[in-house]
Amino acid sequence: MFPTPLHQTRPATQWLFRIGLPLALLVWLLPIIAVLMTSVRGAADLSNGNYWGLPSDWRILENYTAVFRSTPLAGFILNSFLVTIPTVIGALALACMAGFALGVYRFRLNLLVFFLFVGGNFVPFQILMVPVRDLSLRLGLYDSIAGLALFHIAFQTGFCTFFMRNFIRELPRELIEAARVEGASEIQIFYKVVLPLVRPAVAALSVLVFTFIWNDYFWATVLIQGNHAMPVTGGLKSLNGMWVAQWHLVSAGSIVAALPPVAIFFLMQKHFIAGLTFGATKG
Amino acid sequence: MKQKHKHNLRKIALLSALLVASGWAISGDLVINTDASDPAPKAAFDALVKGFEKANPDVHVKVNTFDHEGYKTSIRNFLTAEAPDLANWYAGNRMAPFVNAGLFEDVSDVWAKEGLNESLKSAAASMTINGKKWGIPYTYYQWGVYYRKDIFAKLKIAEPKTWDDLIKACATLKANKVTPFAIGTKATWTTGGWFDYLDMRVNGYEFHMDLTSGKVPYTDARVQAVFDKWDQLTKPNYYLANHASYQWQEALPAFVKGDAAMYLMGNFAVAPMKEAGLKEDQLGFMQFPEITKGLPKAEDAPTDTLHIPAKAKNKVDAKRFLAYMAKPEVQTEMNGILGQLPVNKNATRPEDTYLKAGFNMLSNAYALGQFYDRDAPAEMAKAGMDGFQQYMLKPADRKAILERLEQVRQRVYK
Amino acid sequence: MNRLESFADHAPTHPVPATTWWSRHQMRLVPWLFLSPALAMFLLYVIAPIFQSIAISFYDWDGLGAAKYIGLDNYRELLHDPDFFTALKNNVIWFFGFLLALPLGLGLALALNQQMFGIRLAKSLFFFPFVISQVVIGLVFSWFYDPSNGLLLHVLGWLGMDPVAVLSDENLVTYGIVVAGLYPQTAYCMILYLTGLNNLRPDLIEAARLEGAKGWTMLYHIVLPQLRPATFIAVVVTIIGSLRSFDMISIMTQGGPYGQSRVLAYYMYEQALSEYGYRMGYGTAIATVLFLLMLVYIVYVLFRVYQQEKESD
Repeated sequence: MFPTPLHQTRPATQWLFRIGLPLALLVWLLPIIAVLMTSVRGAADLSNGNYWGLPSDWRILENYTAVFRSTPLAGFILNSFLVTIPTVIGALALACMAGFALGVYRFRLNLLVFFLFVGGNFVPFQILMVPVRDLSLRLGLYDSIAGLALFHIAFQTGFCTFFMRNFIRELPRELIEAARVEGASEIQIFYKVVLPLVRPAVAALSVLVFTFIWNDYFWATVLIQGNHAMPVTGGLKSLNGMWVAQWHLVSAGSIVAALPPVAIFFLMQKHFIAGLTFGATKG
Repeated sequence: MKQKHKHNLRKIALLSALLVASGWAISGDLVINTDASDPAPKAAFDALVKGFEKANPDVHVKVNTFDHEGYKTSIRNFLTAEAPDLANWYAGNRMAPFVNAGLFEDVSDVWAKEGLNESLKSAAASMTINGKKWGIPYTYYQWGVYYRKDIFAKLKIAEPKTWDDLIKACATLKANKVTPFAIGTKATWTTGGWFDYLDMRVNGYEFHMDLTSGKVPYTDARVQAVFDKWDQLTKPNYYLANHASYQWQEALPAFVKGDAAMYLMGNFAVAPMKEAGLKEDQLGFMQFPEITKGLPKAEDAPTDTLHIPAKAKNKVDAKRFLAYMAKPEVQTEMNGILGQLPVNKNATRPEDTYLKAGFNMLSNAYALGQFYDRDAPAEMAKAGMDGFQQYMLKPADRKAILERLEQVRQRVYK
Repeated sequence: MNRLESFADHAPTHPVPATTWWSRHQMRLVPWLFLSPALAMFLLYVIAPIFQSIAISFYDWDGLGAAKYIGLDNYRELLHDPDFFTALKNNVIWFFGFLLALPLGLGLALALNQQMFGIRLAKSLFFFPFVISQVVIGLVFSWFYDPSNGLLLHVLGWLGMDPVAVLSDENLVTYGIVVAGLYPQTAYCMILYLTGLNNLRPDLIEAARLEGAKGWTMLYHIVLPQLRPATFIAVVVTIIGSLRSFDMISIMTQGGPYGQSRVLAYYMYEQALSEYGYRMGYGTAIATVLFLLMLVYIVYVLFRVYQQEKESD
């Protein structure tokens, strides 16, 4: 392996590494530690400019309960779930079907449609902004969770189809041929042969899509206005008061809002990384 | 017999269902969209709605609360699609896009009927476009210079009444290592306050209104005169260093710690100042000093308002709501909760030291500006405030900045 | 003579078709059947809007009233707009600055590619910033840069340097935001490279070691070529990310000071949908320019993917 395995280096280097690594980690995570620290401060600290020192006033319980009691954070988090979970299900369902079609069958427009999905995934959001907003208005879906979820399902289909199609293409053809010989219809092949085999890809994608949608800020602010439907990314800024920023509440809210994707990341690390790095190892 | 009875019942049910489905309000239903998302404004609105429903039991009110910032974008959508019966907004030129697009309802009749041209006189001009009234103002707050009474006392500085007094005070402060003015311009609207006051004190209210409605070029000599005066503050570095990195409340620590001695701000700044530990005997409030001798003093007093969208369903009850909201006792109660000033001149004067000072100042003001970003149209306001921020950081760029603002003016005020 | 015998005696002259219309055509129809829901959504929400935006850019429209056709006037105005060129300049800075995530990520990956107690936890924690919303990261970096209370001030003080107000200095602000953006992006590249390093061929490494290669030579000649797929993905995602950057700028400076940190993505939003922006036509013109710039790169990526497809067929 590269670089030289640690146990083969000089003891001095080993110790340097063992001490250096936690230190480096501390510096690397400093921004997150800062958010944690701010979330347990009182407002007086912030008006006085005490951003980095120890809190003069530890308000862990107060801030974290205040952020639920006197702000709409709980509703924002619920909204985030209501947008993210249907998006994951919808995008994956559509992508499995589309990936199956593009990965198993040869037909003339196959590559063109595939490129459409790949290229469309890379367009800047801004070129979509005004028409998608108008479309949502006309469909009566503006400022609604359904409207935001529908957009995300449609957009994520690009990346997910690319992913599933490549994965399905790698599946052993013999299985499909064998099923055909046994008289299975194509639809049955999809359900009985392909779907069970793509489970790891589905797991990886669902973890990824969950994180992307949960952390989306741009579309949450473009398509949602009212607190009734606002997800937590757009809602965090509104935790600030009309005139006075309440950074301690915003920090507490940020920590709470970060928990679901973080939990998913730690629980499903393997799938997460598999999803991100798919294709990174193909020769 | 029974058959016919059932048949009739079914007909009535069907008819009601049709009526409800077609959106007709059977009873008095009122929908209000508001941006009162903060605790105090929200409580004030709740009290307002409760009071109205008690006085008008036949009307049921539904309140939709939007986030204060998000509201500014949402309003553009819900005025055209799914309009409520009443909506919050602001006075002055900020109303113009909606008035010109025919999205607000003319409420001059409510003003006439309730005698509001008298009782809401101070805000009447800012609610008028093309001679008609477009909404009801219910609260405003004062702008002025908050200053450290204790630092002034220590350095033996008297409250400045004229521009020369102010400059002398700044020099003394600076010599004693105190920054004269705290300010945070990361959100550029704070620069608008400075430009407003300098312009109104140098050239007067009428000129300022002409400028913000696009009748005067930004390269005009009178605008240059404003910047000449401003130079006396920017060139000697009398403003807080690196103010473009701070939001207005991030500049508060300097003021609270005594590193800066004055702050031109709205009254909403008092609460966080007190929360950070400033006591009333340390915190003074003064009107922005006179510059051009003898010029009557106008003040900035941004006003919050309620309007009826042109596409509202229940305009009759909406007008009743507006009339109710204009009453002196209602405005007293709301502003008691808001901590701001009632517009109705017959309302009860507030008790708080700073509000009392503000009430006196505004009741005697020559006229009320709505603040640069509400008096000037949105696009001009953004370019203007960005320009003012650039000027405050680099006073030498003045000529280029004013020329660019003039270009924007010519395009915006077509 | 019974019926059955007569049937049996008469063998059919040609086989009776035992298949239905569906089973005959399913090979051709099934792909489109499975493709249509995804394709329909994608066309409706992604492809059609691109053309609609381009169309709107030929109008003068405030989003409230009627739209007025003005042809190429929006684009002519763009050519004379100093803010547009500032945004373009900043996009270039983002483009090159963001690519630093690759060497930084590679460095981290190399450092962490060890077997050691707790290394898995360390890897997860180094990856952490990618999982957190950009809003939070932007917020924290704003505090970090605060010229009177920020951590940067303290660090510069230890190094004996004067305080620098990064976010209010027109020359430094974009670099300051790019640094904030590099935080999660480096984490992402790190993971890509870690996975790539996991899949290095040990026989090649051993062979090179036996020949005495180590350090930079080993990296350059043996390791990097094997990491090419990872690098390709990293480059694509990073470049697309750099041109798309919006969240950080919106949170940290709102395009300031006086518009000096604007990028095209943010400028477009300001013009069309923000509190002070009622110009849909102008905004979509900016978006169209951004789209055309990215289209160049998208076509290049598609071309490379096409080459890969042909190779693997």
